[in-house]
Amino acid sequence: MTKIWVATRKGTFRVEQQGGSWTATLAGHAGTGVNYVARDPSSGRLWALLGHGHWGAKLSVSDDGGASWRDNAAQVKFPDGARYIGQDMFEDAASDFGVGWRVVTRKATLQKLWTIAFGADGTIWIGTIPGGLFSSRDGGASFELNRALWNHESRGGDLFEGDGTGETKWFGTPASEGGEFAPGIHSIVVDPRDPRRVLIAISTAGVLETRDGGQTWRSRNRGMTMDHSPEPEAEWGHDPHVIDLCSSNPDHVWQQNHAGVFYSTDGAERWRKVSVPDVGVHFGFPVSADDKDGRVAWLVPGRADSQRMAIDGGLFVARTDDGGSTWRQLRKGLPQTGAWDIVYRHALDNRDDLVVFGSTTGNLYLSEDRGETWTTVSHNLPPIYSVRVG
Amino acid sequence: MIQVHLTRHLFAFFPQLEGRVLEVEAASVAGAVAELERLAPGIGFYICDERGRLRPHVNLFIGNAMVKDRRTLSDAVAPGDKLSILQALSGG
Repeated sequence: MTKIWVATRKGTFRVEQQGGSWTATLAGHAGTGVNYVARDPSSGRLWALLGHGHWGAKLSVSDDGGASWRDNAAQVKFPDGARYIGQDMFEDAASDFGVGWRVVTRKATLQKLWTIAFGADGTIWIGTIPGGLFSSRDGGASFELNRALWNHESRGGDLFEGDGTGETKWFGTPASEGGEFAPGIHSIVVDPRDPRRVLIAISTAGVLETRDGGQTWRSRNRGMTMDHSPEPEAEWGHDPHVIDLCSSNPDHVWQQNHAGVFYSTDGAERWRKVSVPDVGVHFGFPVSADDKDGRVAWLVPGRADSQRMAIDGGLFVARTDDGGSTWRQLRKGLPQTGAWDIVYRHALDNRDDLVVFGSTTGNLYLSEDRGETWTTVSHNLPPIYSVRVG
Repeated sequence: MIQVHLTRHLFAFFPQLEGRVLEVEAASVAGAVAELERLAPGIGFYICDERGRLRPHVNLFIGNAMVKDRRTLSDAVAPGDKLSILQALSGG
């Protein structure tokens, strides 16, 4: 039976059909911030990425479908000597803003567990703030920082061994739980054909790809544009909000970016902007690619970065069936007045004809006909961070 | 031996410690946390980050005095001391 895992600010919820209707049940971590919950298809184990606030970020696992949870014996930790280039704010009377920024090199400690992905070879990948990618090749018995990415030239080189170049092209996101403006890895997509090929996306840097299981990485930002930047086509500095690929046609990759919606048909070698602002398709956080047809994707648009709310108080999902040439607004069953929801980057998912999303207002909506009509699962969940089918 | 008093919130994650008188042999706060880790594997990473620094919203007291060295927990403890591990009242 299909299950949907919903990660919220106050716990993990399981959604399944009970007596003909979809019902959300508290499945663990009551009172704790949960950034992401997903099931490893090869082991069946559930993984929850927790943010305890006082007690830090923790990995929690369940082997009984969410009936019981325990902290994973191996936690994600930055190794001794891991440093990164960041920025510190300081008082600056000469600045119009009263503050200035200075570049600093600081020791890395885990601030946030943000996303998890599973390769067909059993590799578990975890993306964190500040910008660390960790992997486990022993089923989660140990996690190792990917040093090739951590030491990437775009990030200032190897700070384990020295001071590197002193310059980073990775900027920050306010999504860290420590309040620091540090880069974060929120998207990891593993090619189902070849688990050594992995795409990741970083706020704020862009997309990178490995084809050798993480030994080498290169940027994948050709065709991307930043309307807000003096150098719109720069290699780095992009703000992907999330990326997703079509599992049966993995060269079809979708990206909801701060600066619009982008689509690639060649495995992210080159991106093409497919925003259509006239139908409200431009800004937003999530995108979900269809499993079978690479031309099909769903979005939940919001009104520009200046508002980040549903457009004009009417919530809709947008779907394209033709690679972004045209988009349909799917509104049937969704509130069309007084709705100001925003949907976070991991809070939309699909499988077969099922499409489901949740908002920070605690609303969870579900469609069993690819978005044509919607039903409400709940109006009363805590703020929703992630929704995953599986 | 020093006696360790934990905020009850930690018992949610380490129920094996609830209701016990926690006494450990240690000469410093760091040593006491290491002993706690032996009793309840994983608890050290709740109290400190991976560099051994006290987490920002966690406070430690020896008796009524707040621990001074939050970076390496080098404050000395003596037999009979009571070490309290508390969380700041914050959040929502």
